[in-house]
Amino acid sequence: MKKLWEIFWSFSKIGLFTFGGGYAMIPLIQQEVLDRRRWIPESEFLDLLTLAQSVPGPIAVNTAVFVGYKRAGLRGAAASLLGVVIPSFTIILLIAVCFAGIRQNPYVDAAFKGMRPAVVALIIAPLIFLARGLNRAMVGVAVVVAGLIWWLNLSPVLILAAGAAAGIAWELSLAKRHKP
Amino acid sequence: MIFLQLFLSYLKIGFFGFGGGYAMLSLIQNEVVVQHGWITGAEFADIVAVSQITPGPIAINSATYVGYTVGAQGGSVLFGILGSIIATFAVCLPSMTLMILVARSIARLRNHPAVRGAMRGLRPVVIGMIGSAALLLIFPRNTGDESFIDLWSWLLFGGVLAGSWFKVNPILLIVLSAAAGVVIYI
Repeated sequence: MKKLWEIFWSFSKIGLFTFGGGYAMIPLIQQEVLDRRRWIPESEFLDLLTLAQSVPGPIAVNTAVFVGYKRAGLRGAAASLLGVVIPSFTIILLIAVCFAGIRQNPYVDAAFKGMRPAVVALIIAPLIFLARGLNRAMVGVAVVVAGLIWWLNLSPVLILAAGAAAGIAWELSLAKRHKP
Repeated sequence: MIFLQLFLSYLKIGFFGFGGGYAMLSLIQNEVVVQHGWITGAEFADIVAVSQITPGPIAINSATYVGYTVGAQGGSVLFGILGSIIATFAVCLPSMTLMILVARSIARLRNHPAVRGAMRGLRPVVIGMIGSAALLLIFPRNTGDESFIDLWSWLLFGGVLAGSWFKVNPILLIVLSAAAGVVIYI
């Protein structure tokens, strides 16, 4: 039981201080899980990060579940999940309850008018960085995908499935060709 | 009924949410703004802004907020809280299940060609999805959803883009643009 509480507390601390999503929390996790608690060896940390990014869902949740499970099985996974989710859940719930009342306030309204274009810029900024890691054909695919979803309202789920299928077909055909 | 829809929508978002935060925006936008119309495009941009200045992953934040908003339309705060719990649980369920399965068979999976191929194929799609989320915020489908209302909006956009390029803290950038908004629009 004490073990589960420890997991819960560590991850609620991580959940409470993670601003700006997934990548921002990596140093925090490193400090808490590796340096302080020594729950997983350093050699496994990179594997953990790769996995957390490859499996669907928020990186924060994926990381929490993995560490919790390794440490104390299914109950550990549940404890770490609750820990990482409860702080942001509580804060957003409070905001949602109050938001309807303050939304019409002219100051709040003006602040949001300023924040909306800023949000768009923050979404676009990592794109430039990510796109540099792709070759020209892949950048083309990314542009077409953006256009299909935006212009034709195509479901992102369909395109994800098609992308995964194309990647698998490509990789398997390569594997076949390399076999004697 | 609405709760079941909420559960299924966020289950879908959780299950197909490859690439984390920003890539999931496009999925969330598609479900809650385009398909179901639970919130407006402008409200969606507001949630993203709030998520930036509050802790926690955007997927969880949006699930909690949208769950509350949709539930509360049923007439009471309690329905709202129930809605927020259902949506938040639904968005975590796939990653929890998959991550446990993966934790059990990590070594075997990573070098399998099919897994490697799927990862490769998903990468450009995920990047394109981030682009579509931004495009839909810049050119919304409905009037009244505009994130860009005048020249000031574009100036703020340019300023934040530059700030982000020089690695200025995003929370600081959001807080500064909120302050700029108050100065400009009051």
